[in-house]
Amino acid sequence: MSAATWGLLVATFAACFVEMVEAATIVMAMGFTRSWRSAFAGTGAAVVALAIVTTFAGYAITSWLPDSALQLVIGGLLLIFGLQWLRKAVLRSSGRKSMHDEDEIYRDEVELARAAGDVGSGLDMFSFIVSFKGVFLEGMEVVFIVITFGLNADNVPVAVVGAAAAVVVVVSIAFAARKPLSMIPENLLKYGVGIMLASFGTFWSVEGIGIFRSGRESVEWPGNDAALLVLIASWFLLSRLFIAVLRTPAPPATPDRAIEEYAK
Amino acid sequence: MRAIRAFGQFWYDFIIGDDWKIAVAVVSALAVLAALLVGTSIGDHVLAVLGGVLIVTAFAISLAVDTRPRRSK
Repeated sequence: MSAATWGLLVATFAACFVEMVEAATIVMAMGFTRSWRSAFAGTGAAVVALAIVTTFAGYAITSWLPDSALQLVIGGLLLIFGLQWLRKAVLRSSGRKSMHDEDEIYRDEVELARAAGDVGSGLDMFSFIVSFKGVFLEGMEVVFIVITFGLNADNVPVAVVGAAAAVVVVVSIAFAARKPLSMIPENLLKYGVGIMLASFGTFWSVEGIGIFRSGRESVEWPGNDAALLVLIASWFLLSRLFIAVLRTPAPPATPDRAIEEYAK
Repeated sequence: MRAIRAFGQFWYDFIIGDDWKIAVAVVSALAVLAALLVGTSIGDHVLAVLGGVLIVTAFAISLAVDTRPRRSK
């Protein structure tokens, strides 16, 4: 297997892994607090809905849209997702936002589930809808990531394998741990995936702007696909620069700490 | 009506998420790039690099808005 194929596999695996951890936290909160049957039913319904949306959207965008429009729409969405992740990573690394904490999210979901009232004997609609929404929202991002990375590398099957492997691994860990997956270095993973999504999104959305000219040909980057490597390096360096500029000063020493420092 | 509102809310959550500034930054940068493509005769390579610079600038502005010091009342 070539280095490019491994790169595609690792990129889709990491991106989908992070999304699946978030979905698993929501489903586990509903299952442990209210009803496993309803949480799994919501998850199953979301997977079916995702398959239907992917089939129709995939057919529509590859059959009806010119290449440049496809690049603009998917690239624009990837760019929005990627920059949202990168923004959070920059704010967290510079000390301006608390770290993503799966335990805390789990506690919030459990609190909401308890506040929603008693669970009846039939299908618990609260668990069903919350699980459905969580899995569908996170799953839609996975669909976009797989389509984009796969099409760009001209190897959708490998991208699908990367995503499917991530689902299997997350479900296995969740099943074995039976608790929120806070042991996973999610902040670091999100930072890396944010850089990848921002780079692919920048590349594709700029290419797709060509839809607005008479021939509708995509805009060409200097160096074509090699420009992607430059974009990845640029987004990484820029994010480090933003972190350095935005870093908050360390909290002032408390009187006790100042005395300890003085005594040293 | 409730279903339409829920449908709209879903797509808002999906695309805009918890920070509308990023979506506005991306759309603004791409709109400026589209205007440059239509209104000028800049070559593809320069236009692509300009696009990258516009996106980075828009992202930096959205971060600056996020982290600006709040005025105390």
